[in-house]
Amino acid sequence: MNAPFYKFDLFGFDVSLIIAFVIGIGFGFALERGGFGSARILAAQFYFTNMRVLKVMFTAIVTAMIGVFYLSYIGYLDLSLIYISDTYIIPQVVGGFILGMGFIIGGYCPGTSFVAFSTGKKDAIVFILGVTFGVFIFAELYPFIEDFYYSTNMGRVTLPDFFGLSYGMVVFLVILMALGAFAAAEWGERVMAKKGESK
Amino acid sequence: MTALTHILSKAKLLVTDNEHAHSHVEAKPYSNPYYVGVGLGLVLLAAFVIMGRGLGASGAVSSVVTVGVNAVAPEHAQSNEYYSAYIGDSSVSPLKDWLVFEVLGVIFGGFLSGMLAGRVKSGVEKGPRVKTRTRFLFAFIGGTLMGFGAKLARGCTSGQALTGGALLGLGSWAFMLAVFAGGYALAYFMRRQWT
Repeated sequence: MNAPFYKFDLFGFDVSLIIAFVIGIGFGFALERGGFGSARILAAQFYFTNMRVLKVMFTAIVTAMIGVFYLSYIGYLDLSLIYISDTYIIPQVVGGFILGMGFIIGGYCPGTSFVAFSTGKKDAIVFILGVTFGVFIFAELYPFIEDFYYSTNMGRVTLPDFFGLSYGMVVFLVILMALGAFAAAEWGERVMAKKGESK
Repeated sequence: MTALTHILSKAKLLVTDNEHAHSHVEAKPYSNPYYVGVGLGLVLLAAFVIMGRGLGASGAVSSVVTVGVNAVAPEHAQSNEYYSAYIGDSSVSPLKDWLVFEVLGVIFGGFLSGMLAGRVKSGVEKGPRVKTRTRFLFAFIGGTLMGFGAKLARGCTSGQALTGGALLGLGSWAFMLAVFAGGYALAYFMRRQWT
C-alpha cells in the first residue's frame, strides 16, 4: 500500500492546497474542453439534441472507477482510506431532484458555472450568486431541517454491498451499462438531428 | 444630429473592425466527449490516489457563505450548527480549505482552456426566444435551487455524481438518477429558454 499519498503523510496540509489548485486546473480544463462552459450545451442534454454531458460524465466515471478498482486490486491503493460519503438515501434523492430542477432552470451546476464564469458568461455570474443564496437559505433553515438531513442513514454503503455482488462484477456491469448508454446517446442524437432537418 | 450619426457610424465601423480582427482566432469546436471523459476521469483518479478524496465544487461555496455570515453576524454564525462546523475552532480560516483552492484551480483551468481555443468571450448563454433579463432571473432561481439541493444531498454533480459515482456509492448513484429525473421533469416547461 502506497496510496492515497496524503493519508500516508507524504506531504502536509499546506502542500495539499497547492495540489488542490493543480487538480482544479485539470478539472476546469477538462470541463471547458467538454463544452461544459456553455449552458446551452448542458441544457441540450435534457432535449436529447446533444448528449455530451452523459458521454463525458459516464466516460469519466468509468475511467476513474476502473483505475480505482485496478489500483486497489493490485494492492497499491487502500480503498478504505478514500473518503466515500455515507448514504442518507431520502435526503440525497430529494436533494438530487431539486438540484436537477435547478440545472434545467439555471443552466449550470456549481462546477460548470465556475468554468462558464471564467470564459466570460454573464449568466454564470448570476447563477453563482443564486447558488450562494441557496446555500445561505439552507444554512439558515438548517436547525429546522436537521432531522430530515440526517434521516435514512445507511452508513458507508456501496453498490456491491447493497446488491450483494462482488466489486469486480459491479465494475463490469457499470461498464456494460455505460456502453449501452453511449450507444443510445449516439442513436438519439442521430434521430434528433433528422427530426431537426425535416422541420 | 449628423454629428451623432457620424459618431454612431464610426462606432459601428470600430465594432466591425474589431470583429474582423478577431475573426482569425475563431472559436475552435469542443473536443471529442469520450476523450474529454477519459481526461476528466484521470484527473479524478489522480485526486483519489494523491489525496484520498474526489472532486467537488459546492463545498467551496459553503466556505465562502460561512465567512460572509461570520463577518456580518458572528454570534448568529457561531450559534448555527451548520456554520459552526465550517468555522471549527476558528484557528484556521474556512477559506483555507481544499475545495476552495480546487475551485480557484477550476476557474483558472477553464480560463486557460478557453483562451487556448479562442472561446473566452463575454456573452449570455440562452436560446434566441428569451430576453437576457428573463435568462438572468432563471439563472438566479436555478442557482438557488442548485445550492439548496446540493447541500441537502451532501454534494453536487462533482462531489456526488462524479466522485461518488466512480466509488460506486449507493447514495451517489441514487442522487445521479434523481438529478436526471429532476432535469427531464422540468425540461418541457423550460424549452423556451434554451431552444
